[in-house]
Amino acid sequence: MATSRDDFVIAIRSAFLKKGNKQRFSLVALIIFSVVLIVLSRINFPAINYLKIGLNEVVYRVSFIVSLPEQQLNRSLIVINNHLNLYNDHDQLKEKFKSLRGKELDNEYLKFENERLRKIIDEYIINTDELVAKVLLDKESPFLRSIILNKGSKDKIRIGMAVLDGPYLVGKVVEVNYATSRVLLISDLNSKIPVILEPGDIQSIMSGSGKNKGQIQYFKTENTLNEKKIVFTSGSGGIFKSGIPIGEFNSGEEIKFFSDLSQLTFVKVVSFNKENN
Amino acid sequence: MSVQTKKTKLKKFLAFAPLILLYASTLNEFDFNYLNYKYFSFNFPFILIYYWSLKRSESLGYGSIFIASLFNDVVLGFPIGLSGLTYFIICGFAAYLRNITLRPDMVKDWLFFLLTILVATSINYFLLTTFFSVNVNYYDLTGNIFFTFLLYYLFSYIFDIYQRFVFKEQTND
Repeated sequence: MATSRDDFVIAIRSAFLKKGNKQRFSLVALIIFSVVLIVLSRINFPAINYLKIGLNEVVYRVSFIVSLPEQQLNRSLIVINNHLNLYNDHDQLKEKFKSLRGKELDNEYLKFENERLRKIIDEYIINTDELVAKVLLDKESPFLRSIILNKGSKDKIRIGMAVLDGPYLVGKVVEVNYATSRVLLISDLNSKIPVILEPGDIQSIMSGSGKNKGQIQYFKTENTLNEKKIVFTSGSGGIFKSGIPIGEFNSGEEIKFFSDLSQLTFVKVVSFNKENN
Repeated sequence: MSVQTKKTKLKKFLAFAPLILLYASTLNEFDFNYLNYKYFSFNFPFILIYYWSLKRSESLGYGSIFIASLFNDVVLGFPIGLSGLTYFIICGFAAYLRNITLRPDMVKDWLFFLLTILVATSINYFLLTTFFSVNVNYYDLTGNIFFTFLLYYLFSYIFDIYQRFVFKEQTND
C-alpha cells in the first residue's frame, strides 16, 4: 500500500516538477504563472490590459489570415446549399415580395406621421452615426458568440455601440482596440437587451441562448405570449434607440432572429445621439 | 538537389507539423461549428496537446503551448491565462500517464483522456462562471467534451501513422 502511494507521489513529482526532455520550463512553474495571470486579469491589472490590447491587435489579424481556408470552405458549403434550394427560395421570395410592396407604402406613411407626432409632443428625434465594418473573425465557439471587426478606436468606435446587419440588431461592441473591436452577438448567453414585443406593448429582456435563437426573460406572467410577435429594442437603459427590429417570437420563449448571425460579412456600427427639437 | 536531400528537408519540415497545427488550431479555433450541427463541436487543441505530450513531449514545448494558449485566450475572448492553465493541466495528466505506463495501450490512453478533459474543462468552467461571471451553456460544453473524447481515437490513429512516417518510430500501441 505504502509502495503504491510512493509510486504515485514519484510519478506526480516527475510529471509536474521535473523539466522534461528538451523542455525549458517545469510544468508547475507554468501552472503557477498561468494562475498569476488569471488573478491579475480578474483584478484588471493595467499591465495585463496592455498585454491584452497588444496581443489583440496582432492575433486578430493573424487569425483572420489563418481562418481563410475554413472561411472558403464555409462559403462553398453555402453556395452549394443555395443552389440546391434555389427553386423553392425563388417561389417563397415572390410571395413575400408581393405582400411587402403593400406594406412598404404603409410603413412610409407611418414613419412620417410618427415623426410629426413626436415633434408635436416635444419628444427628441434620434440622430444616427453609421460606420460600415468588415467582420474579420466569426467565432461561434460553445463558450462565446462574438465577432471581430476591422474598425477600432482610431475609427471612433466606442464600447456599447449597436451593431446592425442591414436594419436588424446583431450585437453590441464590448471591447475596443486601436484597429479592431469585438462585438458580443445577441445570441450569446451573456447578452441582455431590453426589448418590446409588438403587438401587445410587452416590455421584457432578451437573452441569448448560445444558439442562433434568443430567449424572453422577465416579463409579467399575465401577458399572453401565444400569438406571433415582432421583437424590437425598447430603448430602456438608453443603450440603443427604440424600435430596432431583432426577431420574431412565435411561442414558448424563443425568438428567431431576423439576421443569420453565422453569415455576417459586413455590419454597421451605429451610435445614437439625441437631436434637439 | 538530390531526391534524398529533398526528402530530408520535407521530413524536417513535417517534424514541426504538430506545432504548426497547434498554432493554426488556436488561432482559427477550427471545430466545424459552422456546420451548425446541434451540440457538435470539439476541442482540437486538447487532442493535440494530450497526444503529443504523451507520445513525444519534445514536439510541443511547454513554452510553445503557453504562447498558443495566449492566442486562444485572445481569439475566444477569455481572461488571459485561462487556456494556459487548462492546457498545462492536460500536459500534467499526460506526463503522469507517461511516467506510470510500462506498456502503452491505446484504449487506456483514450479513457485517461476522458478523465483529463473532464477535469480540465471543469476547472475552466468553474473559473469562468465563478470568478469572471461568464455564462457558459452546460449542454454545449458536455457535447464538446463528448465529441472531443470520441474524435481522440481517430486523431490518435492518424498521428500514429504520421509519427511512423516522420520520426521512423514504431509506436508501441
